[in-house]
Amino acid sequence: MSVTVLEGKNIVRDYHVGGGLFRPSRTVHAVKGVSFTVQKGKTLAIVGESGCGKSTLARIITLIDPATSGELFIDGNKVDIAKDGLTKEMRRKVQIVFQNPYGSLNPRQKIGDVLGEPLIINTDKPAEERRDLAMKMLKKVGLGPEHYNRYPHMFSGGQRQRIAIARALMLNPSLLVLDEPVSALDLSVQAQVLNLLADLQDEFQLTYVFISHDLSVVRYIADDVMVMYFGEAVEYGSRDEVFADPKHNYTRTLFAATPRADVASIKARLAKKKAA
Amino acid sequence: MPLLEIRNLTVSFDTAAGPFMAVQGIDLSIEPREVLAIVGESGSGKSVAMLAVMGLLPNTATVKADRMAFDGVDLLGLSPSQRRRIVGKDISMIFQEPIASLNPCFTAGFQIEEVLRFHMGMDRAQRRARAIELMTLVGIADPEERLNSFPHQMSGGQCQRVMIAIAIACNPKLLIADEPTTALDVTIQKQILDLLVSLQAKYGMGLIMITHNMGVVAETADRVIVQYKGRKMEEADVLSLFESPKSNYTRALLSALPENAVGDRLPTVSDMLFEPAPSAARSGSPTGAAS
Repeated sequence: MSVTVLEGKNIVRDYHVGGGLFRPSRTVHAVKGVSFTVQKGKTLAIVGESGCGKSTLARIITLIDPATSGELFIDGNKVDIAKDGLTKEMRRKVQIVFQNPYGSLNPRQKIGDVLGEPLIINTDKPAEERRDLAMKMLKKVGLGPEHYNRYPHMFSGGQRQRIAIARALMLNPSLLVLDEPVSALDLSVQAQVLNLLADLQDEFQLTYVFISHDLSVVRYIADDVMVMYFGEAVEYGSRDEVFADPKHNYTRTLFAATPRADVASIKARLAKKKAA
Repeated sequence: MPLLEIRNLTVSFDTAAGPFMAVQGIDLSIEPREVLAIVGESGSGKSVAMLAVMGLLPNTATVKADRMAFDGVDLLGLSPSQRRRIVGKDISMIFQEPIASLNPCFTAGFQIEEVLRFHMGMDRAQRRARAIELMTLVGIADPEERLNSFPHQMSGGQCQRVMIAIAIACNPKLLIADEPTTALDVTIQKQILDLLVSLQAKYGMGLIMITHNMGVVAETADRVIVQYKGRKMEEADVLSLFESPKSNYTRALLSALPENAVGDRLPTVSDMLFEPAPSAARSGSPTGAAS
């Protein structure tokens, strides 16, 4: 029996850009009525170009920004932070990992404190327990207790992303939003982080919303795929459906633009070049 | 005669902890009309080697090479002012961050015309005409209008097109593209790669693509050099590199591509590097199959 962790119904987000003396104010429709559901332990990938509204949607799902209209359900409960504010309990359910591991960690905070801070804010666990939990989490993400007292600059990009993932998991969230978690990483490090995410998903039955523009990564990690274009979900379905038979023109353009690294397509390119 | 020939290039940086070797004995040559890709992860020295060719490294860097010749001219023996006559004219480079590599204080037109004034000595009207021609060539709509735009008024893809226009303004013999599409969306990446390859074919330039993206290599290169930690791991033509990679490192890189995933976990580079290759007699060290 699958449980729905996240459900969005017709989510809309408008931004009002204030006018000046000579410019009228206008409204930007960043997300135009998007609906989706994600089951427990599954991964929904959201794909699209910069400016298509995927990060805005991530902020709404993470309860950072309220939606202008539409309904958002997390674990079956309706959440509306514009009206009801945000409880600590809701904050614990959804966590986010950002794209740039160099920017998302405070350079003056030791890793131990980075991991302890969510517990200080959202729980009343004593210091000793926080320390134990942080140590355990370090081990889970493939780091060691010796890293507890180090500062972010002492880590590589891949290690920092592991720390960001560890911080997000400290509160045992049921839903993890990953906003381009591997696009700043090298290929080999990217593989390690993707493996880590897959391991953690198996272990904790985590639900992921995975935002990316890299179709090969999406194909590897996603169960369901949503393609966004100018604020609309132009394609939404299971991974195999979307990849086997893309319906929308934009999805096809996206597939055609993704560079292919297989031998057959190299041969085809070289043959074409020779003929030219 | 090769267009660019480098033998035994070493670049070291003075740091507080002693010299750091960023590039350790790289050999490289590129023929006219060839597309060479240099692949490697961050820290592999791929950009540093090309910056050494351009003479753009800071004073803390020491560049040594047995030979570094462009079109028969020894670059290391040139005075800085002689070198500046070549760099930007016969060899030019485009960088990763298009918005950051343009000067925010000047219009696109000014920055294109600056190169033409310095290297070609054109007068104002000629420069203007050539700038419009270049903007059209790199596929910017409304070139006359766009010449007066500042970098912040354009998108990343458009800024990269302006960078390419600057780079090809003086009909260079060699164009070095350092991760030209990393900061761009896939659809824009495709357009920029197509543009670079078509310009390369049209003007018969040599093109060096520095990248970490195997897809970009597969789509553009004739020949590939794989670098790791400042050393060359492998050099092969593009087809044999993908068909039968010789070094462990290349094999590891290729299998870490998500599209090549077997089962539900990806093999990582560290899994593969220290396993003996089936064919190679020497194993263990990552440099094993490089020689």
